[in-house]
Amino acid sequence: MSRRAFRGGIHPPDRKDATSGLAIERAPVPPSLTVPMSQHLGAPCAPLVARGDRVRRGQVIGDVEAMVSAPVHSPVDGEVAEVTDVLLASGTRVLAVRITPDEVQDLDRFEPLAAAGDERARVRASGVVGLGGAAFPSAVKLSPPKDMAVTTVILNGCECEPFLTCDHRAMVESPARVVAGGRAIAGIVGAGRVVVGVEANKPDAAEALRAYAGDGVEVLVLPTRYPQGAEKQLIQAVLGAEVPHGKLPAATGALVHNVSTAVAIADALEHGRPLMERVVTVTGRVERPGNYLALLGTPVSALIEHAGGVTAGAGRVIAGGPMTGMALADLDVPVVKGTSGVVVLSAEETAPAVIGDQPCIRCSRCSQACPMGLEPFALGIYANRSDWEATERYHALDCIECGCCSFVCPTRRPLVQLIRRAKQSLLERGAPL
Amino acid sequence: MSPKTPAPAVRPHVAPSPHIAAKENVTHIMLWVVAALAPTAIWGVWNMGLVAVVLLVSCIGSSMATEWVWNRLAGRPQSLIDGSALVTGLLLALALPPRTPWWMGVAGGIVAIGLAKMLFGGLGWNLFNPALVGRAFLSVSWMGVLADVRPFPGGWYEALDVPAVAGHDAITGATRLAIASADRAAGGAYGVDLADHYAPLLLRNLEGSLGEVSGLLLIAGGVLLIAKRIIDWRIPAGYIGTVALLSWAFGSDPIFNVLAGGVLLGAFFMATDYVTSPMTPTGRLIFGCGCGLFNVVARFFGPMPEATTFAILFMNGLVPLIDRGLRPRTYGWVSRRG
Repeated sequence: MSRRAFRGGIHPPDRKDATSGLAIERAPVPPSLTVPMSQHLGAPCAPLVARGDRVRRGQVIGDVEAMVSAPVHSPVDGEVAEVTDVLLASGTRVLAVRITPDEVQDLDRFEPLAAAGDERARVRASGVVGLGGAAFPSAVKLSPPKDMAVTTVILNGCECEPFLTCDHRAMVESPARVVAGGRAIAGIVGAGRVVVGVEANKPDAAEALRAYAGDGVEVLVLPTRYPQGAEKQLIQAVLGAEVPHGKLPAATGALVHNVSTAVAIADALEHGRPLMERVVTVTGRVERPGNYLALLGTPVSALIEHAGGVTAGAGRVIAGGPMTGMALADLDVPVVKGTSGVVVLSAEETAPAVIGDQPCIRCSRCSQACPMGLEPFALGIYANRSDWEATERYHALDCIECGCCSFVCPTRRPLVQLIRRAKQSLLERGAPL
Repeated sequence: MSPKTPAPAVRPHVAPSPHIAAKENVTHIMLWVVAALAPTAIWGVWNMGLVAVVLLVSCIGSSMATEWVWNRLAGRPQSLIDGSALVTGLLLALALPPRTPWWMGVAGGIVAIGLAKMLFGGLGWNLFNPALVGRAFLSVSWMGVLADVRPFPGGWYEALDVPAVAGHDAITGATRLAIASADRAAGGAYGVDLADHYAPLLLRNLEGSLGEVSGLLLIAGGVLLIAKRIIDWRIPAGYIGTVALLSWAFGSDPIFNVLAGGVLLGAFFMATDYVTSPMTPTGRLIFGCGCGLFNVVARFFGPMPEATTFAILFMNGLVPLIDRGLRPRTYGWVSRRG
């Protein structure tokens, strides 16, 4: 157990029992897939196919010449129905390729990646991005600046968001692949050490991984506390070092990848497998919760339907976990590379709606919970006054938007929202992030 | 448009993250404080009778009414539901001697809520503890009345025998602290053994404010709030520890000095008020120690042995300074300041 814990944090009810023991199960091929050209942070891809084109499973259907981007592959054999604008879970509209899958699908088969190029190029070609939710292109992370040496690859198996169990199942069911991915990443960046960080509430995952540990790979059990899986907090817990403000994590010698991302990287390098599907934990108020392997582009509604539909009282549908996920207004949005879960909550389970400005009673629960050492109460007050200079002085730009402050606030002040507004205003005014 | 998959029977409700919140809200917190003080109030009523009820009703009623009227006149949303006016009224009543006439309780509540809280902008914006401002106002306006701590042995029957203000200064009773003070001034000539006062101060003390009726019940309530993580142990620990240590250093009985003069009520329930205490753990320890320091210094060297009110109010005034000096260090920053 690591004793170099990060400061603050919270203990929300983890609600993982419904799905943590359920094996990953493939969700059916939906009648239509909507594959967005932007499922990652960075430049959106340009579609490489047009209406009426035949596509093969694994074929590149979108790409762009840009450093920070990731190509998109067809998850099925089928025909392009149209190329159109679609709504994403984030509320943004992006170009997407709609594919009508063939009646007969062989999902064990795919168009393998070209074996050309070095490992970084192959990871880029595979379209793998951070599967923990951030969706940052993995190949970019594998190219740290020349002046920074990565000594430790940290695989993030914390999965600290309540409800989600997709990473947990990946570790339990494919521990060898997780470790293989870690070794592959370490090999690419020249790191001598791989640490898999697992929260203490997943002892079976730690046990499974230990069988493949050794020879530079360690399994580190970390206290169960949100946001243990946030990159900066994980580095702090594993290395006892903080990422300096404005610097990359590599400044501490660390490179963090999610465990499921590690599996995808191993699959890309060993089997030439592009990213065409991901595990999505569908849970909460659904009939049949589970960890479903869904083709990218599957509508969330189809996934919920496969889970037996929603049960009585369902009121909010979240893409991702309840702390940082997006509430969906339209359930037909597609599953994308960053969709770790679909969590259906009842109105009683969700944070109560607050009307009007609630007072801060200076209880200090927010600043005690903040894993970044910020003072959310002060940031909230200054953001309310549009005093952006003050929010910068109080380090608004260091906020990781984990939501701990809003979670604990006894008057339900929308602290994260206020800080997001401050960050947005500061970035618009040209503040360096 | 492409064929849509059948929509499940849900009309999704959209809101920004986080989508879940801790159960605890401000009303719960205030009601826990009331629950922690309830045994003291009930024991006070049991021993002092109807006068205690009159005092509680006048303080709580006027505090809540003042907040309601203020919100009404200012066109602000009503806020009694948060429970803070109830707590203020209750604390004010417990900080006053049971002989306090009802109209003084009303005046105290009006000043506490109107002047110390609403005028500053309502809950969260006041610099000074409202209940203590109310008490301070009464104590400087009618010093004799607040010093009159003659007990009500008859309880219920004497309840309506509310003393007139005129000529009151002549008939003041003496608190145990005042007796100790006089004894110390006389160089121990009265031969007061402070240890004799432990038991009554802990269990049943009728010579003092309503809230001083039992130190044991106050400690129990304070420990409850600490266990529920509603108050930070650092404030009462710093406060009580400093009072004990300094009174021992000044040659007095540390236990007596902690139990007497409203220190327990102040340390557990007044100084721990969120709004008027520091935001950081270290700040709270310093704040608690500061309260204890000024309390003892005023007690031993000042004109008023009951200095709890002014010690806490003085430290309230220092809270912005303490907070500014002890801002937490942001992750990834070397110094505290950016």
